[in-house]
Amino acid sequence: MFGKLSIEAVPYHEPIVMVVLAVAAVMGLAVVAAITYFKKWGYLWKEWITSVDHKRLGVMYIIVAIIMLIRGFSDAIMMRSQQAIASGGAQGYLPPEHYDQIFTAHGVIMIFFMAMPFMVGLMNIAVPLQIGARDVAFPFLNSLSFWLTVAGVILVNVSLGVGEFAATGWLAYPPLSDIQYSPGVGVDYWIWSLQISGIGTLLTGVNFFVTILKMRAPGMTLMKMPMFTWTALCTNVLIITAFPILTVTIALLTLDRYIGTHFFTNDMGGNQMMYVNLIWAWGHPEVYILVLPAFGIFAEVVATYCKKRLFGYTSMVYATVAITVLSFIVWLHHFFTMGAGANVNSFFGIATMIIAIPTGVKIFNWLFTMYEGRVQFTVPMAWTLGFLITFTIGGMTGVLLAVPGADYVLHNSLFLIAHFHNVIIGGVVFGYLAGFTYWFPKVFGFKLDEKLGKASAWCWIVGFFTAFMPLYALGFMGMTRRLNSYDNPDWHFPLIVAAIGAAIIACGIACQLLQLFVSIKNRHQNIDETGDPWGGRTLEWSIPSPAPFYNFAHTPVVEERDAFWDMKEKGISEQKPAEYQDIHMPKNTSAGFFIGIIASVFGFALIWHIWWLAIVSAIGIFVTMVLRTFNDDIDYYVPAAEVERIESQRYQKLSNQA
Amino acid sequence: MSNQHHSQESHDHGSVKSYTTGLILSIILTVIPFGLVMTGALSAMTTLAAIMIMAVVQIVVQVVYFLHLDEGSGPRWNMVSLWFTILIVGIVVVGSVWIMFHLNHNLMVGM
Repeated sequence: MFGKLSIEAVPYHEPIVMVVLAVAAVMGLAVVAAITYFKKWGYLWKEWITSVDHKRLGVMYIIVAIIMLIRGFSDAIMMRSQQAIASGGAQGYLPPEHYDQIFTAHGVIMIFFMAMPFMVGLMNIAVPLQIGARDVAFPFLNSLSFWLTVAGVILVNVSLGVGEFAATGWLAYPPLSDIQYSPGVGVDYWIWSLQISGIGTLLTGVNFFVTILKMRAPGMTLMKMPMFTWTALCTNVLIITAFPILTVTIALLTLDRYIGTHFFTNDMGGNQMMYVNLIWAWGHPEVYILVLPAFGIFAEVVATYCKKRLFGYTSMVYATVAITVLSFIVWLHHFFTMGAGANVNSFFGIATMIIAIPTGVKIFNWLFTMYEGRVQFTVPMAWTLGFLITFTIGGMTGVLLAVPGADYVLHNSLFLIAHFHNVIIGGVVFGYLAGFTYWFPKVFGFKLDEKLGKASAWCWIVGFFTAFMPLYALGFMGMTRRLNSYDNPDWHFPLIVAAIGAAIIACGIACQLLQLFVSIKNRHQNIDETGDPWGGRTLEWSIPSPAPFYNFAHTPVVEERDAFWDMKEKGISEQKPAEYQDIHMPKNTSAGFFIGIIASVFGFALIWHIWWLAIVSAIGIFVTMVLRTFNDDIDYYVPAAEVERIESQRYQKLSNQA
Repeated sequence: MSNQHHSQESHDHGSVKSYTTGLILSIILTVIPFGLVMTGALSAMTTLAAIMIMAVVQIVVQVVYFLHLDEGSGPRWNMVSLWFTILIVGIVVVGSVWIMFHLNHNLMVGM
C-alpha cells in the first residue's frame, strides 16, 4: 500500500533533524495562521498562486530562492562548524552519514533551488520590461515552469523529514549512486526533484528564447537590445541545449536504479565514466547559465550608475556569444584525472584557458565604463565592485586549475572548493543581489534601504574572503573536500578562520533580511514616484513603479540602443499619448499550480515505490493538461478607459513633482 | 499580446501532403533497420552502419517535413538555431566518443 514508506522513515531518533523540523513546523503554522487571521487566502490565490503575470512569478521565484538560500546556508554553517571542531581525533557533532547528506544537499540546493530560481526570477521581472513586451510569449507555460520548480523544492525539503537525502555529492556519481551502494531513497529524492524542476527550467528556456526573439518592441534590433536581455538570450540557448543532456543522464541512472539496467555499472558492459562525461557536458554549460545573466546585471548597473553608455557594447555581445559556444567545449576539465590521457587533457585545458579571454574582455568593458564616469556608489555598485575584485581572483585560480598538471595535484582538494565558491559567490550571488536591489523599486514601487544594503555587501565580501582564502591554503596543504573529520593538526587553525568567515557571511544575510524588513516598514519614505529612481537607460524605467500589470500602455518604439535614455534626451519620455487602446491580456489559471502539486506527489510516489499513487497522479497531470488545452477562455481585454484611468494617475504624480 | 508583433515571417505550417510524405518516409526508414536486424541479412558491422545512416536520414526527413526547417523559407532564426543545434550535438557526440575512446585505451578495458 505504501511501498517502501513506513513510520521508520521519519528520523525521530536524530535530535538535530527533529529540532529543525519542529522549528519549520512552527514557522509554517505561524504563516498559515497569519494568512487566515488577515483573511488573505483569497487574495493569495487570485493574485499570486494562479497568476500568469511575469512580474508576480518573478517575485515568487525570488522568494523561493531566498528561502532556499537560508536552507542551503544552514548546511554551510553546519559543515564549517563541524570541520572547525572535528580535529585531531574529535568526531564533531555530525555523524558521517548525516554529514554526507549535508554537503550533498548544500550543493544541490544552492545550484538548483537557490541560484536557478533567483536567475529565472530576475529574468522574469526584467526581460519583458526591457524589450517593451506585455508578458512572456507563453504566460501559462511560465506559471507551469514555476510550479514545477516548486515541486522540486517540495521534494528536497520533504526528504529532510521523511527518509533521507542523497549522500553521494551533488552530482551523484555512480557506482556510489547505484542501487547497490545507495539502496535508500536518498538518491531517488535527488533524481525526482532534479528531473521535475529540470523540466520546468527547460520550459522556461523555451519560453524566454521565444519571448526575446519574437516580442521585442518595434525598432529594437538584436544589437539594440539591453545587455541583460542579451545575456538572458544566451542563457536560454544554453538551457535549451544543455538541460536535455541532464534529463537523459538522470533518466538512464533512474533506469539503472529502478529496473536494473547497467548503463553506468561495469556489469554487462556499462561504464560509470560515461555518466561523469555526460553529467559534465550539462554541468559546465550550467555554470554559464548561472553567470551570464549576472554579467548582464553588472552591465546594466555599471552603465546606469556611471551615467555613461556601456563601453564596448558590441564587444560584450560577441564575448557573451563566444562564451555560449565555448562553454560546450571545456567539460572534460572537471575530470582531467579520470585518465583520458595527454592529448585529450591538453585540448580541454587550452579550451578552458581560452574561455578566460571573452570573460576578461567583459571585465575591461565594465572598468572602462566606470572610467571618467560619474560613479554613484549605490548598493548595486557596491556589489559590482566587490564582484570585479572577487571574480577576477576566482577566474585566475580557474586558469590555474585548467593546467592539467596542476589539476592532478589540486583536484578534489579544498583549492577547488575555494575556486568555485570564488566565482559562484563573487559572480553569481553578488550579481543577483545587485539585480535584486536594482529592480526592486520597479516591482514594489519603493527603494531598499541603502545603509543596510551596503552593510550586507561589506559583510558578504569580507566574509567571503575570510571563509575561502584559508581553503585555498588548505588545498595546498593537502586537505581534500567532503571530510567529516581529520587528524592533521595543521588544518585546524585555517578551518577555524573559515568558520568565522561563514559567520560574517551570516551577518550579511541577516543584514539583507533586515534591509527588507526595514525598507517595507519605511516604504513611504522611499517611494519611487517617477518610475525612474536611478536615472535608468532602458525601457523598464519608462513605465511607472510598481509596473502596471499590462506593463506598457503603448508599445514603445525604439530608435537607439539605450532606448529610454534616448527618449529622455529627445524630451519625449514623458509625453502623454493622445489616446489609449484596449489591451489584450492572458487570464489567470490554476492549471500550473495543480500540475506542479500533483507532480510533487508523483515524484514522492516514485521515490517510495508507491506505484498506485504514481499512476493516479500521472493520470491527474494528464487530465489537468487536457482540461487546460480545451479551455478557450484564456484571455481578456483591458478597456482603453481603464488604461487611461491608471495612466493618468501617473501623469498626475509626475506633474505634482514638477 | 503577441499578435501586436506581426513580422514579415511566413507562417507556413505545411500541408497534408507534406506531412503524409514525411510520415511515410519515416516509417520506411524505421522498417528497414528493423528488417535488417530481424533477418540478419547483412554482417554486424554493415547492419550497424546501415542503422546509423537510416537514423541520420530520418532526422533530416523529420526536420524538413515536420519542423519545416528547409533552407530558404521561414525566418533566418530557424536556420541559425538548427545549425547551432547541429554544432552542439556534434561537439557533445564527437567529444564524448573521443574522450571515451581514449579512456578505454588508457584503462585497457577488456584486457
